[in-house]
Amino acid sequence: MFRRPREDARAIVRITFDGLALEAREGDSVAAALLAAGVASCRTTPVSGAPRAPYCMMGVCFDCLVVIDGVGNKQSCLVPVREGMAVETQRGKRELGA
Amino acid sequence: MSDASRGAAYDVAVIGGGLVGSAIAWGLARLGSRVVVLDEGDIALRASRGNFALVWVQNKGNGLPAYGAWTLDSARAWPGFARELLEETGLDVKYQRPGGFHMVLSEREYEVREAALKRLHAQPGMPHYDWEMMDHARVASFLPDIGPEVVGASYSAWDGHCNSLRLLRALNMAMQKRGVAYHSNHPVSEARYETGEFRLFTPRGEVRATKLALRAHRHLEYPVSTIRQTDEGGVMIGDSQEEKTEPVVGHKVIAVLADRARRMFPKLASLNIVRTWAALRVMTQDGFPIYEESGDCPGAFVATCHSGVTLAAGHALTLAPLIARGELPAERFQPFSTRRFHVQKAA
Amino acid sequence: MSAIREQYDVAVIGAGPAGMAAASLAARAQLSTVLFDEQAAPGGQIYRGVTQSPLRDRSILGADYWAGEKIAHEFAASGAQYVPRATVWSLTPEREIGVSIGGGSQLVQATHVVIATGALERPFPIPGWTLPGVMTAGGAQTMLKSSGIVPEGRTVLAGSGPLLWLLAWQLLNAGASVDAILDTTARESRARARPHLPAFLLSPYVWKGVKLLREVKKHVSVIADVASLEARGEGRVQSVAYTTAGAPTALELPVDNLLLHQGVVPNVNLAMSVGIEHRWDGDQLCFVPVLTPFGGTSVPGIYIAGDGGGIAGAQAAAWRGVMSAADIVHTVHPQAATRAAKAARTTLAHFARGRRFLDAYYRPAPQFRMPAGETLVCRCEEITAQQVIDTVALGCPGPNQMKSFLRCGMGPCQGRLCGLTVTELIARERGVSPQEVGHYRLRPPVKPITVGELAELPKDDAAVKAVVRI
Repeated sequence: MFRRPREDARAIVRITFDGLALEAREGDSVAAALLAAGVASCRTTPVSGAPRAPYCMMGVCFDCLVVIDGVGNKQSCLVPVREGMAVETQRGKRELGA
Repeated sequence: MSDASRGAAYDVAVIGGGLVGSAIAWGLARLGSRVVVLDEGDIALRASRGNFALVWVQNKGNGLPAYGAWTLDSARAWPGFARELLEETGLDVKYQRPGGFHMVLSEREYEVREAALKRLHAQPGMPHYDWEMMDHARVASFLPDIGPEVVGASYSAWDGHCNSLRLLRALNMAMQKRGVAYHSNHPVSEARYETGEFRLFTPRGEVRATKLALRAHRHLEYPVSTIRQTDEGGVMIGDSQEEKTEPVVGHKVIAVLADRARRMFPKLASLNIVRTWAALRVMTQDGFPIYEESGDCPGAFVATCHSGVTLAAGHALTLAPLIARGELPAERFQPFSTRRFHVQKAA
Repeated sequence: MSAIREQYDVAVIGAGPAGMAAASLAARAQLSTVLFDEQAAPGGQIYRGVTQSPLRDRSILGADYWAGEKIAHEFAASGAQYVPRATVWSLTPEREIGVSIGGGSQLVQATHVVIATGALERPFPIPGWTLPGVMTAGGAQTMLKSSGIVPEGRTVLAGSGPLLWLLAWQLLNAGASVDAILDTTARESRARARPHLPAFLLSPYVWKGVKLLREVKKHVSVIADVASLEARGEGRVQSVAYTTAGAPTALELPVDNLLLHQGVVPNVNLAMSVGIEHRWDGDQLCFVPVLTPFGGTSVPGIYIAGDGGGIAGAQAAAWRGVMSAADIVHTVHPQAATRAAKAARTTLAHFARGRRFLDAYYRPAPQFRMPAGETLVCRCEEITAQQVIDTVALGCPGPNQMKSFLRCGMGPCQGRLCGLTVTELIARERGVSPQEVGHYRLRPPVKPITVGELAELPKDDAAVKAVVRI
């Protein structure tokens, strides 16, 4: 569980996660935005279906993989939020054609 | 001094613990032979790792019909081989035989492929089995995701694939369960034949055996084959053949592989490549295996090939018993002896 | 942003202190210089977000962090071409770089390359470390730096090392609560570090460290001599169980966030994929490249600067960047290069003092480097410690065979989070050194790249012939 600072002068950026509207801030990574919004888990693993969440926040662990605007296997800690971005949980293996 | 060098001589020492060595070792142990496998270390130039996990029949044997027959026999034996490994180890090597396609991306490629396969099947001594050329529409009825540039494919119902890493693991487990002594980091620097025994010298001591099975030293070396999806869901894309000493795939070759892959299956374009691999493949001058008993040192057998997966069943269930018995029947194995190179030279 | 050229005198990979310092010097010496970095803003990890942190109150992160601002400004003014959100996925020994920018890949040739990809946190494989809610301390620190976000609810820090204490201090400054620090620093390590204490006392680290520690201890409950850790919960972490040395009964703390840290180690993937020679360092317990004093590697024309060359900290990193760049510009500007190198050497010696004490004192204990049983070693492929150990018993001699047997190390992280654990486990089971066991064989792409992007790269007839073969 995380919270934002009381004062944050950055512009608000609106994104969705699994269809639900979230407010992020300009400059947030998608991973940070999800964690700040209270998202517990962003993917399930291909091997066992176990829930995972961002772990390293620097692009080396690959546990923060999500589907962004229909494209899977995106490392959310490396992608800055953009107005209107649609983020989804990545479930198991990414589907061919997704 | 390692465990390998203690105790009485083994019945057979197998030099090389990759797919060929493990299949033979298990096949021998299955019949009750006392076997030791002497393998290299972790970063060995492992040809086994350069495989594409195909159990492939359709284009084998052009120039040596006996190889086409040997391959077909191995493919026939594969289901039973996979079942036996499952029973012995609990590991499913995920062998499947849905039939295989070799896709082509131009009219010219189609013509060349068709001509080659016709030539292959016209050879005297070539076993008869079904194969066909298919046009785009026919291929699409099997593989709906193919791209518009696919002109067609050659198809054979005899082609299949497996999980080759599991195969290696299963063979390893199976052979150790049957008492095969497996020793890594035991590269053999020298082998001597004295008083009916082979003496093998490794950095960790000497190993003795009555018989020997080994890979021939390499004649030519290439790195490794086109698109398959593994049972775990990953997609493998291949392959290139280059004469190189460093097993690394260069940028330009990667570009060609990736380009052909996405022309064959446009949906692949958005997939991430997480790994490339290359290996040195063992290729004899004509690309066909060598199976031969040494003339000077009876009891020393050579087994070398580049289709360790396809031929695993043949190696375990046909070749190993022959090595155990101490003889490779001439009519069947004469085409695979090194004498064929001398004949070519003389001609 | 100006177009990426096909050829540069100097290409720097990584925008941390080492990369920025190297690029600045090279550019000011009039060499055509490009710097590629994966993040959207400069600073690397240690100075993450330093040009765009939303935190107005500078005392939260502390002066050491803000020192990065100066380096970033100098870099911006140097004339080097800065390319953010650029993922370098390949580097050849001939210095051809494969880089992906905005969904498209291109090849860039450089006469000299400085790899400044820094460090990552040492894996901390405890039972339950993959549960949501368990993160690295560095990860939490990054969220604070880049977005001002802090953990909320019950937060426990666990592990060992200066960063753990620094983070606790920063979180308290930011108004977050830290419920406990479970300190895994081993008593034996503390004893073994003592001979290095005099040098440490003369080092730049000591006074800041002592002050910081004292402040944190005033506000946070610290449990010392933690001998084991376990993250527990269903679907996310709900508690952390621990034992202390000499007291085998486990105690449990409810948690919402568990932040783990036991030091940082060089990020070796790009360097190893080029074939740069590395060796096992028994003091830092990781693989480090074999380097000349200027950061030159076993591959001509390629340097490694910063923590990627062995852990020495942020300030040392900047000076190591200067050293590498000085070596590069020496042919063009001998006097300036010599001056820079001299200054760097003096400062680096100053920072080296005390390093040995820190390495010894905070040496991660063996049970936290080599887990047992069902604890996951490979997070990507979900391989357990017991599976690795059993496979060694089957005769598997090293991590590459281990890959073949278990798929361990075959996931997208390419061994970044399991490599050291696997090497050490195999070494222990075989009774040999990690040097002998070796590391996963790494090859490009060192970061995932799409088939489509690769397909657009230039090809030639030889390459087509190698594939099509008709």
